[in-house]
Amino acid sequence: MTNDTLDMTAKPRSQWLDVWDQFRTHKGAVLGLGFLIFITLFCTIGPLIWDVDAGKLNIRNKNLRPIYMALFDSGAKFSWGNPMGTDNLGRDIMANIMQGGRISLAVGWTAMILALLIGTTVGVLAGYFRRLDGLLMRFTDLVLALPLLPLLLVMMLLFRDPLRSAFGPEQGIFILIVTGIGITSWMQTARIVRGDVMALKEREFVLAARSIGTPARRMITRHLLPNVMSPIMVSATLGLATAIITESALSFLGLGFPSDFPTWGKILFDSVDRMMSFPERVIWPGLAISLTVLSVNYIGDGLRDALDPRIRGL
Amino acid sequence: MLTFTIRRLLLSIPTLLFIAFVIFMLLELAPGDPMAQMPLTIPPEVKEKMRLALGLGEPWWVRFPLWLKQFFIVEPQYWIDAIFGTNFADGAQRIISFQSRSPVFDTIAQRMPQTLWVVGMSYIVGVLIALPIGIISAYRQYSVFDQTGTFISMIGFSVPPFFSGVLLIVIFSVQLKWLPSIYDTTHVVTSWDSFVFQLRQMIMPVMVLALQTTAQVSRYMRASMLDNLSQDYVRTARAKGMSESTVVMKHVLRNSMIPVVTVIALGIPSIFGGAIITEQIFKVNGLGQLLIIALQGNDIPMVMTITFLLAVLIVVMNLIADILYGVLDPRIRYD
Repeated sequence: MTNDTLDMTAKPRSQWLDVWDQFRTHKGAVLGLGFLIFITLFCTIGPLIWDVDAGKLNIRNKNLRPIYMALFDSGAKFSWGNPMGTDNLGRDIMANIMQGGRISLAVGWTAMILALLIGTTVGVLAGYFRRLDGLLMRFTDLVLALPLLPLLLVMMLLFRDPLRSAFGPEQGIFILIVTGIGITSWMQTARIVRGDVMALKEREFVLAARSIGTPARRMITRHLLPNVMSPIMVSATLGLATAIITESALSFLGLGFPSDFPTWGKILFDSVDRMMSFPERVIWPGLAISLTVLSVNYIGDGLRDALDPRIRGL
Repeated sequence: MLTFTIRRLLLSIPTLLFIAFVIFMLLELAPGDPMAQMPLTIPPEVKEKMRLALGLGEPWWVRFPLWLKQFFIVEPQYWIDAIFGTNFADGAQRIISFQSRSPVFDTIAQRMPQTLWVVGMSYIVGVLIALPIGIISAYRQYSVFDQTGTFISMIGFSVPPFFSGVLLIVIFSVQLKWLPSIYDTTHVVTSWDSFVFQLRQMIMPVMVLALQTTAQVSRYMRASMLDNLSQDYVRTARAKGMSESTVVMKHVLRNSMIPVVTVIALGIPSIFGGAIITEQIFKVNGLGQLLIIALQGNDIPMVMTITFLLAVLIVVMNLIADILYGVLDPRIRYD
């Protein structure tokens, strides 16, 4: 019996296993992770199974209601071939939501990664090199004082045509939106990372590493970056949530992707005019955005708790 | 404190100049052309004349200081003239919109009241809802109320205004037919009935914006209350036999309000940004809608002025938050 307990305690546990165990105790975070995986699979693998072209027009079958409407309203026009109905041009809404989700999620992830890269670079440089600190942080403060949504709108409008002609309509807008969101949302990450790097720099292990002549480059990649991973991951979840919302907001204001190119925000925007008779076309994409962002926020909440060693021990 | 305020005020001047420069250069370097919408049949020499008439003939290092002069000197002069009936401006050139050919500030002054009404009301309503929620959530930590409050504020963070607004319209205007979906800005309150109408049309836009404010402020209020509730002075106050309401509502609340007040001040600019979307949904012809129309029409002076006004708001609110923090919290000394 004592042997058993000894074996139990002797089992090596990595830090990430501990984090995962703590993460699992947060119900909302687990549900959120589940939903995020579900919606990602829905959008990536879904189109392989639900093999309908999102852009295909089928005027004869336009304005079909979702199949569940048949329960409330016996006169509703619906078809088993289009479970979520069709829009005013007869395009299948489920295929559109899958396709739109692909774009929205791709924009969200790419913009978030870009923002993290910029933010971490600025934060580490400002925290590690004292000479750069004043300059970089003053710059961060200045960017924080910019009215970001109007500037993003200006950028969308002004750089849309040249990028579209340079990279093609879809690629160009994708690059524009991702860059726009990326360069307007890195500031919080930079501030957090700078603060953490400055605190870490005073620790003994950094002094030890420096005393054996570690160059600055390796100091940052080997000693500092692994230690600031937790705040970076937490701000990654926040960044993903804001990036998805910002992209949808831009599409909603009519300044995002072109209209034959669905994203969740764009589908929502296109359906607002007809929401009196077809409320479901607004509700589905809106729910998709809201639930994705909600689950990402819950994941962030859970991660923050799981990565905090003071809470994890309990 | 005074030296700090003066130093911050002086520091905000280069900040604002830099921001104006960034916005100006973004508009300048961008390939968008205000003449792009003109018919192609206009001969090139006429087009060139029209370009000159719009003031686009000069290089940017002439036009940027000119814009600064118009914004900071000429426009205030016109205000003073309008108020006191003096004549400082002396017919100087004002900032003119490309689209309407009328002074930009006249249009902004027309649109401002609608935005201020909706945004201001929603902010006040949001804060008034958020404070009690935050206080009760912290006082009864992990209770059902706290869990519900956390969940609702999570929803407030996650549901974008363009969905919550549309959802409210679907429920309350389309299905239940209780509230109008379009905000009628020409409506004038003259009687009780018209007041009720105004109230009904304001409910939805105000609630959409207030949801986001509530989510943010109630989280901060809760965290700040929790910080203070575990402090030693709270135990001392209870040990002295003070009533629970005095302890919580006087001692803890006052101390917890310090960071919350600054958060409230800092949130004001972002709610103006949120108003851009809300105005689009409820068709309020406020500043946000003006900005969108100006953007689509390549109306550079209008876009520049509105964006810069928002930047001024951000800088001023940052300043106010910093000063308030120093005034309210005697432990903070800036000198």
